[in-house]
Amino acid sequence: MPYVPHTTADTRAMLEVVGVDSVEELFAEIPQTLRPKSFDLPAGMSEMATRAKLEDLASRNSTNLVSFLGAGFYDHYVPSAVDALTMRGEFYTAYTPYQPEASQGTLQAIYEYQTAVTRLLGMDCSNASVYDGGTAIYEAVMMAVRQTKRVKVVISETVNPIYRILLGTYTVNLKLELVTVPHVDGATDFAAMEKAVDKSTACVVVQSPNFFGCVEDASALFAAAKAQGAVNIISAYPVMASVIKTPGAMGADIAVAEGQSLGLPMSFGGPYLGIMTCTKALVRQMPGRIVGRTTDSQGRTGYVLTLQAREQHIRRQKATSNICSNQALCALRCLAHLCLLGEEGLRRTASASIGNARYAAGKLAKIPGVTVLNNGPVGNEFAIRLPRPAQDVCLAMIGRGFVPGFPLGRYYPGLENCLLVTCTEKHSRRDIDILAAWLEDEL
Amino acid sequence: MSTVFTKSAPGREGVWPKQPEHDLSDLLPAGLIREVPAGLPSLSELDVVRHFSLLSRKNYGVDSNFYPLGSCTMKYNPKFCEDVAGLPGFARLHPLLPQLPRGDELTQGALEVMYESERWLAEITGMHDFTLHPMAGAHGELTGVLIMAAYHADKGNKKTKIICPDSAHGTNPASAAIAGYEVVSIASKDGIVDPDALAEVLDDEVAGMMMTCPNTLGLFEKNLPKIVEMLRSVDALLYYDGANLNAVMGKMRVGDAGFDVVHLNLHKTFATPHGGGGPGSGPVGVCEKLAPYLPISRVVKDPSGRFHLRYDYPKSIGYVAPFYGNFGVVLKAYAYMLRLGREGLIKVSENAVLAANYMRKRLDDVLEVPYDRICMHEFVASADKQSHKGVRALDIAKALLDKGYHAPTVYFPLIVKECLMFEPTETESKETMDQFVDDLRDILALAETDPAAVQAAPVTLPVTRLDETAAARNMHITEDM
Repeated sequence: MPYVPHTTADTRAMLEVVGVDSVEELFAEIPQTLRPKSFDLPAGMSEMATRAKLEDLASRNSTNLVSFLGAGFYDHYVPSAVDALTMRGEFYTAYTPYQPEASQGTLQAIYEYQTAVTRLLGMDCSNASVYDGGTAIYEAVMMAVRQTKRVKVVISETVNPIYRILLGTYTVNLKLELVTVPHVDGATDFAAMEKAVDKSTACVVVQSPNFFGCVEDASALFAAAKAQGAVNIISAYPVMASVIKTPGAMGADIAVAEGQSLGLPMSFGGPYLGIMTCTKALVRQMPGRIVGRTTDSQGRTGYVLTLQAREQHIRRQKATSNICSNQALCALRCLAHLCLLGEEGLRRTASASIGNARYAAGKLAKIPGVTVLNNGPVGNEFAIRLPRPAQDVCLAMIGRGFVPGFPLGRYYPGLENCLLVTCTEKHSRRDIDILAAWLEDEL
Repeated sequence: MSTVFTKSAPGREGVWPKQPEHDLSDLLPAGLIREVPAGLPSLSELDVVRHFSLLSRKNYGVDSNFYPLGSCTMKYNPKFCEDVAGLPGFARLHPLLPQLPRGDELTQGALEVMYESERWLAEITGMHDFTLHPMAGAHGELTGVLIMAAYHADKGNKKTKIICPDSAHGTNPASAAIAGYEVVSIASKDGIVDPDALAEVLDDEVAGMMMTCPNTLGLFEKNLPKIVEMLRSVDALLYYDGANLNAVMGKMRVGDAGFDVVHLNLHKTFATPHGGGGPGSGPVGVCEKLAPYLPISRVVKDPSGRFHLRYDYPKSIGYVAPFYGNFGVVLKAYAYMLRLGREGLIKVSENAVLAANYMRKRLDDVLEVPYDRICMHEFVASADKQSHKGVRALDIAKALLDKGYHAPTVYFPLIVKECLMFEPTETESKETMDQFVDDLRDILALAETDPAAVQAAPVTLPVTRLDETAAARNMHITEDM
């Protein structure tokens, strides 16, 4: 049997030491009434046959489309060395670093990851990561609720709608008041946000670039919210953070992000990486693992999990969160990716992506009947309004091998004719020219 | 070893895309452009490769070291599963594709993997339906408790409490509390749940109870039928923490035994790697009456054999993940299940239990084993006796590191003094276990003659014992610029 090494002789010798005649005797405590009513599963397969089956399944997914789909999840180039390094067994077959002396590799890498994402977002502190960008928003909101002992959460409709639904699910049994402030043509309504903030507000939550791609400055809102004692939360796009005004510079107290764009494959929705950073003042409210630098008994530098008194294995039901893992391997990929690109490589990635989006917006806006939804500054994605339902146009374009973007009507009633178009540095001008030509053809 | 930031040399070229055509100042207004650089390192590819190679050598992993870490199931992670998870047909798949018009047709292979994985897990556990969305075990717990809450709300039940045995993982009470419940802890008797203790706290306000079986002492909960009956009498639900499913595949199905909700850890029983602390995957299974509350989306198969994602479940608790869970992890577990098949999965449990009992018998004359009877996939020993000579469980753990082994779990569960918890798993050979036992016996002998030598361990690793108090006090959690 694969992956079990025991020979018949080994099994016999072990049974003898245990003092039983058969393996079945080891299960004698399980009463017959609890035995399986069925265990109807196929027989095992050889590695070769299993591979053939999985390759066949993989071939039934359309990954050869030219795609302008993004909406929070991006196809950026990943250097080959990211895979090579993170597939080292010493990293990926290790457990949580509870024995720090035998886990300095994982621990130092997480410390370096914390440093890298903190710098990228212009904040003070980071944890070792949480499941994904959406969970990070939920955890950020809960930090604010604990810190302020208030219950009102003011969130912009321009925050990724999937994350807003997730927040609703997680908090359904808690006595929170979620106030969602509608967008205006894809832009955050900062005036309405500010009006919604009062002395009962735990936090404001915005996203920049927002879900529609608009790059926005929340500084004024944050200053106003802070004056009311609220915590300022922003969801960022880490590639763009290398070139746009940082959460820290805007006055954010907590900055979170989906880290998928930093070296992780899209992999149909996960595993991803929830980046979570905050100011020094809030660090003890932060959930999840945190790695700290210290010294050993001989004075040498080493790293340990720290501030564990916040966590569930110590505090049980009084813990800051039930989270007891991080996305360590994903954080390692993120760190390796950031190191391989470096400051300059990441800035070039961001600039090239924004440049492609600018070029695409220009081309598409020239098509009769097509308008850009919002003329403000955008990052690497932008929304356009079409003369007919975006779903229909999208379907026709998929028939030509192109995914032209994400139809917004699914999450924004009233925007059924709108499409969110995303570019990365991987798109060529030719891809964009064909997109524009065929879209014009279809309209 | 210095950090990657100190190795940076400004201007050194990494894996850069070509120079973009536009300056940032042409693309964004000045007020929205980042003013100061982030301070990410500038390194050559070889600099980076060497840095990470050096780091990797400071880690123990299953690939290089026996890792008998109780409760964590550190079995071998087949290379094959890693390999197929990287197939471009899966790895390059955008999660929003199925949300496009007729998008299901673009992702039939992935949807089939999800559908089939759910069916496998349902048959293995005897549950009616599964969701793959929870992204870790603790996340599965939260999802499960939210499902329980939705059921009670729907029935108009006024429930405020969840019961957890004192041997439970810390995540159980934490998950229940985060879902809005009051947590009631009950004491164990002879290492298992005591029905009398349960009776004392059981009333109409109890929403459910969370159990691990076999429990965290590696013992089978033989009062299970009685417990199920008691909970039913107040319409409370029974939650199964699947951390230890690897002991009972083909021997007991939690659904048949009366559990209503279960979460599994694919990174334990189904051999997906722990990755140094994640990513995991924590699918949740439910009995038929709880199926309407499962998170959306759900994957269904139509009569023609095509797969679809459906969202029209009005009683669903909603989204617990942005998409369909940690698909990449599920895929590895699916590959593992296909490889092993029915007989292979049964053999996994049989050999995991055999290995644990073998190690228990090889050690019970030198270490106190508080529940020295047939165990399941793991067993708990106590270094209480050794601690009277000054050698604590932690010291033994550190001495094992010096011998090239990862330590067993120490000080968990909390109900055994100077606890050491061993879980060899089914993938370790008899020779490996024998050598480990010999080395551990040597350490215990040394503890008698020279306790200071054991207390000084580890001495062969890159660092000796680290000052955790100073770490918490000084809080250096990022490198200064």
